[in-house]
Amino acid sequence: MSTDINKEDTQTQQESIRQVVEAMGEYPGAADASDPQLFCEARPKVEKPFRGVFEKFLNWARANSLWVLGFGTGCGAIELRPLMTSRFDASRFGVAGRPTPRQSSVFIIGGYASVKTLKRIVRSYEQMQNPKFVIALGSCTINGGMYWDSYNTINRIDQYIPVDVYITGCMPRPEAILAGFVKLQELIKAGRGEKANEYAEHFDWYKANQKKVIKDWDMPDYNW
Amino acid sequence: MNTSYQYSYTNIEELLEILVEKGFIAPATEQQHATVIGRRQVQSSDLAFVTVAPEAARHLILDLRDRFGFTHLVLLTAVDYIEEGKFLLTYLLHNYELHHDIGVQVPIGREAAEAGASMESIHDLWAQAGTYQRELKEMFGIDFPGSPRVDEPFILEGWDEVPPMRREFDTKQYSETTYFPRPGRSTNDPADYMRQKLYPKE
Repeated sequence: MSTDINKEDTQTQQESIRQVVEAMGEYPGAADASDPQLFCEARPKVEKPFRGVFEKFLNWARANSLWVLGFGTGCGAIELRPLMTSRFDASRFGVAGRPTPRQSSVFIIGGYASVKTLKRIVRSYEQMQNPKFVIALGSCTINGGMYWDSYNTINRIDQYIPVDVYITGCMPRPEAILAGFVKLQELIKAGRGEKANEYAEHFDWYKANQKKVIKDWDMPDYNW
Repeated sequence: MNTSYQYSYTNIEELLEILVEKGFIAPATEQQHATVIGRRQVQSSDLAFVTVAPEAARHLILDLRDRFGFTHLVLLTAVDYIEEGKFLLTYLLHNYELHHDIGVQVPIGREAAEAGASMESIHDLWAQAGTYQRELKEMFGIDFPGSPRVDEPFILEGWDEVPPMRREFDTKQYSETTYFPRPGRSTNDPADYMRQKLYPKE
């Protein structure tokens, strides 16, 4: 009995996936239904914000549901753990962790990023849905920090993906990170959290910088 | 103590005397340079270093493992002696019964053109040596023919420069030309800073 239900479920799922893939066929970059490609390679587009009260309402909602991608890059990731515990309790600010880029709106770059990590950062960032925000922790993301002359560690993360808020320190304390979240909320509420559009606008510049350091480029130019 | 192995010894000097008898190293001499073959150096009661030729290294390491009880490979690393045109490989082995360590140091040539920068693999003695050898291949360009996956990238993906741990590689210059340094970085020498603070008039 139960196996029949599972079988039906699977068939329904497959049918819905087929419909989605067929619908994607209208957009450039999507594959045909017989060869379902799980990402779209089309260039990002600038999405103009709405005007007036509606955009203000959206921004208010965005600012109060900052979902953080659970991708710990560098040593700063260790500072994010106490943030979720009762002592600092980041959920007061609507901050929650998410396991996948598709569900996240905030990407925290936790310190130094090696070239190998940068490749994964770019890919995860592009998979996040708009609007998306980046918080960069620590000296390493600003000017390279103690790894400024390393052969394998990038100096400035803002050359590769746009950054909304920098938090200084080596490493910043959880209080500083909370202050960064508050600052990000202020920016979003003021309508200045439009860095995803900036990425789309200067896409070629960002892509050239990324390809300069990531030498074994074996992924699509843009994917989401 | 140490009965299960062919050679029994109780302190590290005794071990070195056995190695001298077997012809691996020279008798006790004054301190020599690390890359001189035959050198022996006792650092403490449980740590000694011996330097052997590349041809004899595998034989010695196998002997130490199977006949002396050095069953654990602690690490395998390299030092770049660029002035002498040599890499010094160091195999650090540990004896679990006596808790002694011995470092087997092997000077090899630096340049592949001079039939150097290559060493016999020991991945069949300790499987984890394969990972060390992969790392050495990437960071120093030392080849270990036959070692598993030794030519695949280990940490650096798509690296096309001089291996970065070789001393002729200028990491600062590479970083400055590649990674968009932020202008305005300044350094403060602590001695200068204190001099200016304490004696501002000078």
